[in-house]
Parts: sequence; C-alpha cells; structure tokens
Amino acid sequence: MDAVFLLLGASIDAGTALALASLGLLLNERAGVLNLGAEGIMLVAAIAGFATAFHTGSDVVAFFAGALAGAALAAAFGVLVIWLHTNQYATGLALSLFGAGFSAFVGIDYTQVKLSERTPFTLPGLQDIPALGPALFRHHYLVYLAVALAAAVSWFLFRTRAGLVLRAIGESPESAHALGYPVRRIRLAAVATGGALSGLAGAFISVVYTPLWVEGMIAGKGWIALALTTFATWRPWRVLLGAYLFGGVTMLQLHLQGEGVALPIQLLTLLPYLATIVVLVLISRDQKWIVVNMPASLGKPFSPRT
Amino acid sequence: MMHRSSIRKLARELALLVSCAAAFGCKGGSDKEAAKPASSIAAATTPEATALKAAFAYVGPVGDAGWTFAHDSARKAAAAATAGKVSSSFVENVPEAADAERVIRDMAEQGNKLIFGTTFGYMEPMLKVAKDYPDVKFEHATGYKTAPNLRTYDSKTYEGAYMAGVVAGAMTKTKTIGVVASIPIPEVIRNINSFTLGAQRHAPDVKTKVVWVNKWFDPPKEAEAAQALLNQSADVLMQNTDSSAVLQTAEKAGKLGFGWDSDMSKFGPKAHLGSAIINWTPYYTKAMNDVLSGTWKPTQTWWGVKEGAIDLVSLADQVPAEVKTEIATLKAGLKDESFAVWKGPIVDQAGKEVLKAGEVAKPEFLLGLNFYVKGVEGKIPSGK
Repeated sequence: MDAVFLLLGASIDAGTALALASLGLLLNERAGVLNLGAEGIMLVAAIAGFATAFHTGSDVVAFFAGALAGAALAAAFGVLVIWLHTNQYATGLALSLFGAGFSAFVGIDYTQVKLSERTPFTLPGLQDIPALGPALFRHHYLVYLAVALAAAVSWFLFRTRAGLVLRAIGESPESAHALGYPVRRIRLAAVATGGALSGLAGAFISVVYTPLWVEGMIAGKGWIALALTTFATWRPWRVLLGAYLFGGVTMLQLHLQGEGVALPIQLLTLLPYLATIVVLVLISRDQKWIVVNMPASLGKPFSPRT
Repeated sequence: MMHRSSIRKLARELALLVSCAAAFGCKGGSDKEAAKPASSIAAATTPEATALKAAFAYVGPVGDAGWTFAHDSARKAAAAATAGKVSSSFVENVPEAADAERVIRDMAEQGNKLIFGTTFGYMEPMLKVAKDYPDVKFEHATGYKTAPNLRTYDSKTYEGAYMAGVVAGAMTKTKTIGVVASIPIPEVIRNINSFTLGAQRHAPDVKTKVVWVNKWFDPPKEAEAAQALLNQSADVLMQNTDSSAVLQTAEKAGKLGFGWDSDMSKFGPKAHLGSAIINWTPYYTKAMNDVLSGTWKPTQTWWGVKEGAIDLVSLADQVPAEVKTEIATLKAGLKDESFAVWKGPIVDQAGKEVLKAGEVAKPEFLLGLNFYVKGVEGKIPSGK
C-alpha cells in the first residue's frame, strides 16, 4: 500500500511544473493571446534560475530570476504581437526556437556545475502521518504554491472585477475597448504574468526537480502545458487536475516497469499523453463547454482603430 | 565550406582567364598573374594539409557529463598525444537520422581524412558516405557493419557495470538495486545483467529492478525513473543513460548511486559510490596513429579493462576497504585474462543454464544477448 502513496506523492511532484506553466498560459489565453513560446520561455528561465541558484546559493532568488526572465521574454513577445501585430503563431514558434538556442548558448558553462546541497522538503508534524505523510506532506513549497495558485487564478477570473475585464478582453476586445479599458496594456500584463509563471515552472525544473542544467532539459513540457489549457477548457482546477494526471500516468508507467509489468516501452511512453487527452476529452465532451469557455478572440490581433 | 567553394570559384575564373588569354595570344603577363594567386593559396593551406584532419560526430552535447563528454575528452587527449600531427574538430547534437548523413558527408567534403561517428544510429549514414569517399577512413562506435574504409570500435561497458555491481551488492541494505535503462538493445541488457552478476558476489539473493525510459538523454525523465525505483525500495541505483540525473536523485533521497561513462563524483558527494568510466583515449590515439603510419585496416575492436578503455574510478570512502581490494583484484584479473565476467555457470530468469560451469562467453554470445539473468525482475520490453 505504501507504494501507492509514494506514487501519489511522485505524481504530484511530476505535475507541478506543468501546473504552474499551464496556469500562466491560461491567464494569457483568457486575455486572448496564444503564446506558443512556452517551451522556449521555460528553457531560458531554467538556465536563468539555475545560474542564479549557483551564484547566490538561494533558491528563492533563483525562482524570482526564473520568473523575471520568463516575464521579460513574454513581454517582448507581447509587444511584438499586441502592438506590432505580428502573427501570434509564428512569433510564438520563433520564441520557442530562440529560447532553445539561446538557453543552450548561455548555459554552456553551467552543464558541468552542481548546485549546493539540496535538503529534502518536509512539513514538520504532518510528514510522519502514515500513508498521507509521504503522499502529501513531503513536497517542496512550490508544490503547495501551485495548488494555491490554481485557487487564486480561479478566484481572480471568476470572482473579481479585474478577472471579468480580463475575460471580456479575451472574448470581445472591441467591446472592452468601447467601454474604455486599455485592451493592449491589459493583454501585455496578462502575457507577462503568464511568462512569469512559465518561468517559475522552468526554474522549478532546473533548481528543484532535476537540480542540474542540460541543454533542452524541459523536454517538451512547455508544449504539454499549452495543450493542457485547451484540454482543460481554460478552467484552472481542470488544469491542475490534468497536470497531476499527466504526472501520475508518467510515474505510473515507470512504477509498473519497476514492478515487472512487461509492456512495450513505446506504449508506456505514450501512455501519459494518451491518458491525459482521453480523460480531459471525456470530461469536456459536451461541445457547449468548449464553446462557452474558449476565449472568442484567442489568437486574433486587436487594433483600437478598427 | 564557403572557404573551399570560393577557392574553387576563383580557380575556375583563373582557368577561364588563362584559356581566354591563350586564345588571344597574350600569354605572358596573365599567365604569371594566374600562377601567382594559385600558388599563394596552396602555400596558405600547406600547414593544414600536412596535419591529418580528424572529425567527430557526436549524438549529444559535449556538456552532457556522460557519453559525449567522454568522447570529447578523449578526442582532445588523443590529438594532443600525436604532437600536432592531427588537427581535430567535432559537431555535437547530430541526430541519428537523415541529418547525420549530411553532417558526415560535409566532414568528408571539408577534407577530413579520419571521421568518427560515436553512436549506433550513424551506421547506415556512415556506410553510405564511406562508399563515396574511398580515401577517407571512417570509424563507427558501437556498430557492427564494416566496409573497406569503415571499421567499428566499442568498449566493454559491461566490465564497468559488473564492478559497480560488486560495490552495489556490498552496500545495499534492502537487497534491492535498481537500474534506469535507456533502450532495450543487447548492450544495455548486457550491462543490467553484468551489474546483477556483480552484486550477487556479496548478496546472492539480490533483486534488480529495471525501469526503461526509451531515451539516451532526458534528465527529468531519468530522475523520475530513479524516483520510481527508490519508491520501490531500491537503495543503490545504476543507470545506462547519459546524464547525472539518476545519481542526483539518489543524492536527494539519501540513497546511493554510480557515475556512468564519465566521473560524476561531484554530482553526488554523498551518494556516489564510484564511476564506471569509458576511456576512449587509447583507441582514438591508436586510430590516429594507424592512419598516420598507413597501417589502418578495417577491423572490429572491442576493448575493456585490459586495454585501459574501461575502469571503475573514484571509489567512495564509504566503500569498505575489502571491497576496494576486491575491485583491484578483479581489474588485475581482467587485465591478465585470468578472470571473465561472463563465465559459467550462469542461469537466466527461468533457471535455464545459458553458460555451463567454466565456460567463457564468446563475443557473439555477448553481442546478441537478449535475456535477463536470474535476479533481474520483470521482462525485457519488446521494442526494437
């Protein structure tokens, strides 16, 4: 039975980076901007976070550095697509490619270095509860922050006036503009926030999850985070669920192998993607859900003159 | 490339000029002019032309701290050992696909006379290119196909895996050890088996759990696989993947692990028990000297501890002294061939005897290995 709870714990760890990045992307997509550059942003943030952790020895500073790097890159992307009306898809893809190359370039000197001692993370008192301790109370604080963030994003989007404005801009920027809201500036703020969260996820991977820097280490997590927002029909709690589900099936297939279950590894490698898509498609199979939740102006440029 | 093609263009233009001048009977001056730049170009390339140009194609980044890093260190050491007779270059991150052929062809085109491909997947591209450049020597790591100007080389990584296993068997408390494995090919299966056989010296009833990640290099995934093994009570981990992620995961969890391909001791000061390394320097030095002396032949080389290609280094302080002595004895045995890792009796998972008592495995047996020995749990995933 213990193995099941350890598996649960590992799944939550594995899903956290996805959840952080995906929640960020959800915010900018809710404002109508599709940022396909998530993978590149996460890579640049990963090296920024890793280098900062290496030089300062402080993980907290590293997380801020990662978030800042992510926000800066996303803001540059934002200016390009919001003010200069470059194509969002092409610009996002370019950002992904740029991030991969740039992070590899600046990271050359960091591939052989090691971060200072990593301490295991625990919640005193709670960590020793049988079963639940290893599953829920031995995580890094960012893991809990991701849960809090899902709650915060949900509350912000659906319970606050600012969230309503953000959603309005994603649905109909013309109407929001007519009402006097600074559509482009709000979009930029949403994009930068999304970049900051993607950056935090990148730094989490290079500083906590796999404490090392190697070129291309995000290994597609940015793309999965992007896909998650869609499969989760732009709902924060579903994003969190989808991220844990993906992490869970990833870890499950590795655990199954350890238990000696013989399945073709290609199938096992495919399993997380397959399971996440199937489950999220099932819970969103009502067409109305997607139509109602998909920001109507997603990917479309807005110009106040037209 | 650009340099070369511009030279060619220049030469072509000069030739045109010369023939034109000859046609019009104004030979003198322009001939001299034509000869002058041509000879100065030749002079400029002379110092390079005397040195043998060797090029290396790597599958990963030179900073992977493992497989490619080991090749690149050896490239530098071997070139240095030839005292300036060889100038070497490399291209990293060359995928095992159509791109490989383009890169390798490019290397031949640039005047490299000795070309190394350091991963199995370059086999077909190298065969193709070798056919088109008969005066260039090709060296392919871990492959099995040869041609008059293409030969193969490999290292007996399983000897390192066996010695690591001996240490693992002595150190495990749970009698469960784990391997993060990459792709189910004979080489990797051989290493898992050898690791297990080594561990059985001190822990005859040891269980080896295996998790395959289907990649050579994917640090987060390697870390997840390592975590899965630790969750299933494995307390000493080994990996046949290319990064230091497994060792670092063991370090984070307060468990034990090994370095693989390169010395990884600094990545897990507490967890690191030793590093099973490959030293490609002796072979690269030999290959370069073979070409320099004109004695290069299309052979198939498989070197191990005996030739200095494999070693278990940086044994940790926590490894008991008698185990360290045992490792030294094993190395000596491998060197004078009084000891062999694959010597019967060896039985497979089902209990079937695959090597009779006293029988030493032949290379063909090892190269085609596709079963687990007794002690390894699970089944080999059916994947090609």
